[in-house]
Amino acid sequence: MADKLLKPKELIDRIGYQPPQTDWMDTPIDIRKGMYCYASNPKSVANLGFPNARPWNPTEPDWKLPENWQQIIHDGFKERLERFRSFKVFMDICVRCGACADKCHYFIGTGDPKNMPVLRAELLRSVYRNDFTRMGKLLGKANGARPLTLDVLKEWWYYLFQCSECRRCSLFCPYGIDTAEITMMGRELLNLVGLNIDWIATPVSNCYMNGNHLGIQPHAFKDMLDFFVDDIEERTGVRVKPEYMKKGADILFITPSGDVFADPGTYTAMGYLMLFHYLKEKYGLEVTWSTYASEGGNFGFFTSHETMKRLNAKMYAEAKRLGVKWILGGECGHMWRVINQYMDTMNGPADFLDVPVNPITGTRFEQARSTKMVHIVEFTADLIRNRKLDLTPARNDYLKVTYHDSCNPSRGMGFFDEPRYVIQNVCNHFYDMPASTIREQTFCCGSGAGLNAGENMELRMSGGMPRANAVKHVRDAHGVNMLACICAIDRAALPALMDYWLPGVQVAGTHELVANALNLPGQNDRATNLRGDDLEELKAQAEGETDE
Amino acid sequence: MNKKYMVSFIAVFGLFLIAWAGVSIGLQWVFGVIIPYLAVLVFATGFVRRVLGWSRSAVPFAIPTTGGQAKSFPWIRHARFDCPDSRFDLWVRMALEILTFRSLFRNTRMKLSGGKLSYQLEIFLWVGALAFHYAFLTVILRHTRFFTEPVPWCVQLLENVDSFFRLEIIYPQFQFGLPAVYLSGIVLLAAVVYLALRRIVIPSVRYISLASDFFPLLLIFGIAFTGIMMRYVTKIDINAAKQLTMGLVTFHPTVPAGIGAIFYIHLFFVSVLLAYFPYSKLMHLAGVFLSPTRNMLASTRSYRHVNPWNYPVKVHTYEEYEEEFREKMVEAGLPVDKPLEASAEAAEKE
Repeated sequence: MADKLLKPKELIDRIGYQPPQTDWMDTPIDIRKGMYCYASNPKSVANLGFPNARPWNPTEPDWKLPENWQQIIHDGFKERLERFRSFKVFMDICVRCGACADKCHYFIGTGDPKNMPVLRAELLRSVYRNDFTRMGKLLGKANGARPLTLDVLKEWWYYLFQCSECRRCSLFCPYGIDTAEITMMGRELLNLVGLNIDWIATPVSNCYMNGNHLGIQPHAFKDMLDFFVDDIEERTGVRVKPEYMKKGADILFITPSGDVFADPGTYTAMGYLMLFHYLKEKYGLEVTWSTYASEGGNFGFFTSHETMKRLNAKMYAEAKRLGVKWILGGECGHMWRVINQYMDTMNGPADFLDVPVNPITGTRFEQARSTKMVHIVEFTADLIRNRKLDLTPARNDYLKVTYHDSCNPSRGMGFFDEPRYVIQNVCNHFYDMPASTIREQTFCCGSGAGLNAGENMELRMSGGMPRANAVKHVRDAHGVNMLACICAIDRAALPALMDYWLPGVQVAGTHELVANALNLPGQNDRATNLRGDDLEELKAQAEGETDE
Repeated sequence: MNKKYMVSFIAVFGLFLIAWAGVSIGLQWVFGVIIPYLAVLVFATGFVRRVLGWSRSAVPFAIPTTGGQAKSFPWIRHARFDCPDSRFDLWVRMALEILTFRSLFRNTRMKLSGGKLSYQLEIFLWVGALAFHYAFLTVILRHTRFFTEPVPWCVQLLENVDSFFRLEIIYPQFQFGLPAVYLSGIVLLAAVVYLALRRIVIPSVRYISLASDFFPLLLIFGIAFTGIMMRYVTKIDINAAKQLTMGLVTFHPTVPAGIGAIFYIHLFFVSVLLAYFPYSKLMHLAGVFLSPTRNMLASTRSYRHVNPWNYPVKVHTYEEYEEEFREKMVEAGLPVDKPLEASAEAAEKE
């Protein structure tokens, strides 16, 4: 796959924003390699009790659908219109003003008109008009209605898995029409007839059975954290001791499993471990990890509301079992949309937990008084604000940092200033990207909502192009060499994106930067960063680059 | 030639012919009374049914789009109206959305040149939309003059504000006068033309436009055009027209003779728009109030939203998990709820 990927320049030159001659309804889809993710493993589908588990291949004409698939979709559509006012209103009120058209990173990066949010929604809306509206039945195609044929269904599948549910379009829509909502409904419908992708279904199945997306079993999870313990000792001279499923601990900590699995997320996980160690040594705060609730992320969110609820249930259940006071959540994007906008409604009320209070600073986290779950970045921001951390930001001086707002904490939570506050307190060189590419207008990494697979690299690199372009702007203007984020998918996706568009720019979770600056009691001279690179060398290298 | 706007153009032209022909063969009662009554009936019932239909659908989750910093620590500035935490903030957000099209005001235009993306403020759609809606509103309010007797002072005031040009020369021997030119009518016509042109000229907008996007624009163009014609060019007997409209609202319909055909065409266009309204995208008028991404509080972590159809789901419990992994967990030194021996004994008993 990778060898076939176009060169960055070829990719950019190929983008044309001129729509094709034929009307979009008459333009057949071309399921192109590099743009789609593989069909799900039937084992995972069966494991979850989802319908129509069977091997199938999107490039083959026969998708092995159930006999009555049209009826299933029609009934599912109807049910969702009744269950979700959002869906019903969004089906009815779009005026196709086009304000959303050039807001989607996939449209910007591919030029494919069906990646304009309005057309992505029209794929469903056209069927809605045909099946559920009088005008559509009466006027048919003249009113933008069309029956659900196999080709239309294939189009749904292809384009609903080219949407990362980032909600950027919904910010600009005068009626707040949210394509994420439409994509979620569409994916639910597709799941009803067994059309899912493996990069989502298998993590969901793993998470359901083993507690995390990667399917790491409990003993292996501990092994992986033990590796970090060794690494931390090697780099700082301090041996940290994480707690597991400790009953009566103050806080249960849950973070995406991606951070225990792959670089550079692992350094973020090391950062958490160091912070917790520091807080325990200095202030006696007890934080526990759990292998049962070892996943902060929730790929169920990319499957269906029900699946989201099934996976999310573990958080409160485990907190209750362990008898902790409240829950602390790690750096993750969609995880925080789930926690912020769904968890309490789905699996709450969490009346067995306390309103979160940081015993060290006395701060009561009023903003989380119902969900009882605090974001680690706001937790750290509060510690810094109250001068409870011993920091040497100079250790990050070789870095020129910019910050990527993840879609979900941005447009699903409004979480902007906390991470900036933390980064600016642990790094001396911070530069924001241009205003139309950050905060509520931030661009997706291009791989969100379960699209972070290997086989759809062209889609990911295209979708990430606007983000990379903005990073390039600050790299050229300020010499930025580090892209900080608070999302595990970002930590997995952005390194590949940077390697493709901007080799040399590295990616780090915010708590890696915190930990690099954090002084642990009894530490060594801290000559290296958490990645084991020599700080003097890095500094000399950075200065050399600036001189050029 | 684009089929979609031609279809709409032909439809509107057809409507024009129907009204014209109808009036020429003496169907004044049909076009002046029956159709307007039917149209209002269809509009009212259709509108209410549509809104009731929406309100019958549940709002299971609070899913506001957060457009700014959420309420956090006291030392972090809260973007109150973009991420509302209180009823008041929410009201302001909705008011800004509905009255000033705030989200559309954010609009930017992306440009890719030399491999570099840039985003410029794109204000024209916002200006055009705002001009269109406010001009239309003013025109509608002005028209209450035809349905009230005496005309309320506020309508007269609005007319005075709206009219920007008045020329009257009155001598006993020589009288010349132009009626005041209403700004709203001109702006409405201009805005409709702009909105229709951008659908034709901008390739991506042309691509997404349906016939049902052109139809209301052309119909409104027809309404504004016939209205302006009546006022400034082919003048009609305004008193007779008012007699008819007053008859409609007082439920004593009369059809005075001598109102020009253009009046009936105007009225027919309006009737068609009213009847079409509830079954079309024009319902965004009501829908914008019900959009869950805008009309919900963003305080989702501090207040629990209740899902009316929340149902229990199948979960993989800790007990099941420990059952599967107990041995490995114990071996790795992880705590378990049931020790190995106990669980083995329990298994033996079974």
